[in-house]
Order: sequence, then structure tokens, then C-alpha cells
Amino acid sequence: MIVPYSHVFLLAGLLFLMGACCAVARHNLIMILLGFEIMLNAGAIAFVGAALRWQTIEGQVFALFVLAVAAAEVSIGLALIVCIYRRTGTVTPDRFD
Amino acid sequence: MTFQTILFYLLAALILSATGLAVTRRNLVHAAVYLVMSFFGSALLFYLLGAPLLAALEVIIYAGAIMVLFLFIIMMLGGEALTEKFHPRRQWLPAAGMAALFAAVGILTVLHEPAASTPLQPAVATPARFGHYLFKHHWLAIEIVSLLLLVALIGALLIARRVGRPKGPQAEEPA
Repeated sequence: MIVPYSHVFLLAGLLFLMGACCAVARHNLIMILLGFEIMLNAGAIAFVGAALRWQTIEGQVFALFVLAVAAAEVSIGLALIVCIYRRTGTVTPDRFD
Repeated sequence: MTFQTILFYLLAALILSATGLAVTRRNLVHAAVYLVMSFFGSALLFYLLGAPLLAALEVIIYAGAIMVLFLFIIMMLGGEALTEKFHPRRQWLPAAGMAALFAAVGILTVLHEPAASTPLQPAVATPARFGHYLFKHHWLAIEIVSLLLLVALIGALLIARRVGRPKGPQAEEPA
């Protein structure tokens, strides 16, 4: 026996919250993208916990898709950040104008 | 309380503290390295929850590829990208207040759900079974995801190229 599913879900929720706080309150485009990564990882943890709770492999399949989407998102996001840095010389969103 | 239960709470504490440290660091390299620790913890958690293939993929993709890409970009941009100033307090206090409210409501909702307190039964999905299931029932989604990765690759190449092109002719025209 492991833990109740609610504890896994709570862990995922708190992780998601940290990621959202990081994306909202930080001042740097790279940290905002890191916040998105934390949120996607929290979603994957919730999916894997749900797969164990209902004893079906479906949740793990969706966690795999979350991983793939995270990889695609981060490559595009970092390319955009490099592009923005070359145009404006800064990665702080307030200083773009 | 079994060994696996203790292991779960240890891993949860490790993941939460590493992520908390990562989102509050001012130095971006420190933040990225703390986040690598957090993703290693997530990989161990996946293994504990019976997903060995996903644990391996988490180490390879998240802790390996994605975080190395982040570190590469942080090092490449350097200077201003390395450290940052935080927002003034009046700007992040509302965000923190809303986060606390969300956390309180979430904890209350989850703990008061009667069906959620049934303990999980340990089970392991072997990589072979996982792969068979994946390609039997979700082959279309796999194709779509591979297309998405291809589009991301082409998009990243295109975004990186368009910046170089306008600068080239402008630099050559005065000469």
C-alpha cells in the first residue's frame, strides 16, 4: 500500500501553484518559461498518480504526451527568447519599449 | 506505514523544497540546477508510482535535454540574463495572496473528498506493456505528437534564421 491518491494530487497541486507563482511574479522571460515547465511537470505527476489510482495505463500515456508537448514548447520558447534578446537587447518584459 | 509510504513523503518533501528554492533564487543558474534536482525527484516518484519508462524519460527529457537547453541559453545570453531584480512588493503581494487562497481551497477540497482517501494499490506497468498499449490504442496521437515535434524543430530554426537575415543586408548596404 502506498499513500492515498489525494496526497499525490495535493503534491501536484502545490507544484502547479509554485510554477504559476514563478510565471506570474518573476521578472525574467527565462524564469517565466521555467514556471511553465514546473506546471507541466505537475500535470504529469497528477496523471501518473491517477493511472495508479484507477489501475489503468491511460494516465501514463497522457503523461508521455505532456512530456512531448513540454519539449516542443521549450524549444520554441527559448528560440523566441533568443530572438527577442537579439532585437531588444533585454530579457526583462518591462524594458521592451 | 510501509517503506513505500515513507519514500513517497520523503520524495514529496524533496521535490517541494527544491522547486521552492528554484523559484525564489535570484541567480538563474542556481534556479536551473535546483530545478534539475526537482525533476530527478519527480523521476523517482514516477518509478515509485509504477511507471519505470516514464521515470527514464523524465530524466532524459526533462532533467537532461530541457534543463541543459535552459542552462545553455542562460550562459549564452549572460549578463542581464544571469540575475534579475524582483518586482516591488505591491506587485507580487496580490499574486501571493491569490496563491494562498487557491492552496487553501485546494487542500480543503481534496481532503474532504471521501473517495480520495482509499490508498493506492502498487502496480507496475512494464515498458513492454506500456509500449504495446501506446502503439495499439494511441498510434494516431503518436503521429500527431511527432508532427508537433517536427513543427517545433522547423519553427525554432525559422525563428533563429529570420533574426540574422535583416541584419545581413543592412550591414552590407553602407559598404
